[in-house]
Amino acid sequence: MIHLAKVLKANQLNKCIGCFTCMLVCAGINRRNHSIRKSCISMKTSGGMSGRFVSVVCQACRDPQCAGVCPSDALKPRKGGGVTLDKSKCIGCRRCEAACLVSAIGYDEEERKPLVCHHCGMCARYCPHGCLELVDVPDEEEVAV
Amino acid sequence: MIYADYIRVLHIELDKGKISIAQREDLTQYLGGVGVASKLLEEYMHPELEPLAPEQPIVFAIGALSSVYPVITKTVAMFISPLTGELGETYAGGRLAMTMFQAGFDAIVITGRAKGPTYVAINANDVAFKNAGAIWGTGNDSAGQIIRDSEKGPSGKRSIVRIGTAGENLVSYACVNVDRYRHFGRLGLGAVFGSKYLKAMSVIGNRDMPIENFQEYFKVYREIYDKATAQGGAMAKYHDTGTAINIEPLSKMGGLPTLNLRQGSFEDADKVSGDAFAKNQLVRKMACTGCPVGCIHIGQFRREFADEGYEYEAVSVGYDYELIYALGTFLGISDPEKILELIDEVETAGLDAMSAGVALGWAAEALEKGLVTEEETLAPLKFGEPEGFLKAIRYIAEGKNEFYLHLGKGVRHVSLKYGGYDFGMQIAGNEMAGYHTGYGSLIGAAVGARHSHLCNGGYSVDQGMKEPGVDPDAMAKSLLDEEVERCMLNSLVICLFARKVYDRETVLKAMKAIGMDMTDEELSAVAKRNYATKLRIKKALGFDWEGIKLPKRYFETPSARGQLDEATAEEILSRYRARMAEYQAAE
Repeated sequence: MIHLAKVLKANQLNKCIGCFTCMLVCAGINRRNHSIRKSCISMKTSGGMSGRFVSVVCQACRDPQCAGVCPSDALKPRKGGGVTLDKSKCIGCRRCEAACLVSAIGYDEEERKPLVCHHCGMCARYCPHGCLELVDVPDEEEVAV
Repeated sequence: MIYADYIRVLHIELDKGKISIAQREDLTQYLGGVGVASKLLEEYMHPELEPLAPEQPIVFAIGALSSVYPVITKTVAMFISPLTGELGETYAGGRLAMTMFQAGFDAIVITGRAKGPTYVAINANDVAFKNAGAIWGTGNDSAGQIIRDSEKGPSGKRSIVRIGTAGENLVSYACVNVDRYRHFGRLGLGAVFGSKYLKAMSVIGNRDMPIENFQEYFKVYREIYDKATAQGGAMAKYHDTGTAINIEPLSKMGGLPTLNLRQGSFEDADKVSGDAFAKNQLVRKMACTGCPVGCIHIGQFRREFADEGYEYEAVSVGYDYELIYALGTFLGISDPEKILELIDEVETAGLDAMSAGVALGWAAEALEKGLVTEEETLAPLKFGEPEGFLKAIRYIAEGKNEFYLHLGKGVRHVSLKYGGYDFGMQIAGNEMAGYHTGYGSLIGAAVGARHSHLCNGGYSVDQGMKEPGVDPDAMAKSLLDEEVERCMLNSLVICLFARKVYDRETVLKAMKAIGMDMTDEELSAVAKRNYATKLRIKKALGFDWEGIKLPKRYFETPSARGQLDEATAEEILSRYRARMAEYQAAE
């Protein structure tokens, strides 16, 4: 039997209306904060409001560079892709931020820890336009078998 | 302010280049939004001076729930209107409410005149006065783009509010553009910006804001979110076809102002209907920050560069019912591409679309009737022909000649100057909105504190009436009750499209979840207090409730509810004044 892990995919951003509900909900649920600066997903306009929306969010890498550079093993690869963060081990060095090619790791200035998406899918649950979804991916080791 | 017992006010003095912060406990009794803004306007205004005197204030305010719950996305701006000379009040969505909230300012007061073109860059930790010399004279689209690309600041979402050339040139119905597709449209806030040499204001929200009672808060958030996004629910129509869906039904019932209100319906309504725009023009929908509904409809048209042969650009502009009415049916334009082109021209210049369209309608009829000549209008202004109107929009914004300087002061002013008062479609100095639905729309705008269709939704009162005829006292009561209730909704600055989502019970529950325990009676008291404040401001600015002179055409062209007569209109007005006295006596 293949066990499925879930990862977040922003596959339909052409439908994005720019309401930023994903960011408000992520910051609320995951950081207990009203400020969208605390969100692990970020929507941006390319070229102002008349430009397209693009998302900056964890790509669920199978071989995450952020975990690779983590000096304290606070970031560990997660089943299905991406990483998990053990805050108790994190020293806030910010190496992971620099290592992420898509700049998807933010930084919580107050807590002095990285903002790392853990693919909970709440942003997708509250996306009113179906731009984000939580998709099933086969666990890598099991695929290899 | 959320989780605090005061309202935090940022006062910016442009003449001195100074700022100050006040944490005002006394203002919490006004709740926020229009209540706080009214009180601050009352404190800072100078009734003895002209509306555009440097000393006059601009006040922005958000509410206690702004950005925290879905669809609470608006910011109110209050000022003395250069168009009417009295209470100025206008609302815009976009990102401004969220950025003000996250920068930590419930209200911003701006006074004084800068020494030269300036823009103000605000974030939670800084307010900077920047030279705007390089963008003075640009359209509001370029101004926004240049500030966005050049302005460095802390990370966080940013809102950029700015004016076009119409505001710089003090056109009485110049608007302020917010984040490209939203506006402080009505009553000339753009001119107040221009009079202060204020080209733009940018706000970055970069504050840390821990949630105090997450479980309770998010439970209420989820309920409201689900209600606002329900398929076929109270807000679905705003997302689907958008407000433009109203064009055809309004035309059918005879309430769609057409050809300078010579008609109440448009023979080509099907060509400019919400469906027609959606099928052929619509390319995108967008939302204000924190609104999962997304009512902003963007249409596209192709513009050919003159005389260059097969050279085009694709232009995207926002459209809504009011814009299709003012720059379409009111001017007899039945080509959606041309309506979008007129909207784009109005956008770039930074004019209020409704006032601009109504001014052009008056001008076309005045030219037709020989009250003005083509030497004055410089362009042939003819109903159904967009080319002349496109030029005239630019001429208004530039103040091209004496005629356009007068036209730029509004329809009441220009029709008193050149004649044609009775077909100049204004109500108490503000150009009419897209509703000739009956006494509700007409008298509603006359008695509304800012003479807008949204003061009391009179058009909706008309459409809700089942029986023929009108009971003057019942009409007066409906208008007043709704106006007062909106003084509460607007103090929370809830988008009025969500008024059915935010019933009293929901409002109280939402407030309670963030630690604001109020009763229904207390909310009613806030509404009453805020309305009373507005009435005091109007009185101080010399508004004469007895002196509203309505142009005759409102009584000539049948409305959706039949022919209106002046005696009945006057009767409703007098009933309203009698009922209003209770609020004038308050406090």
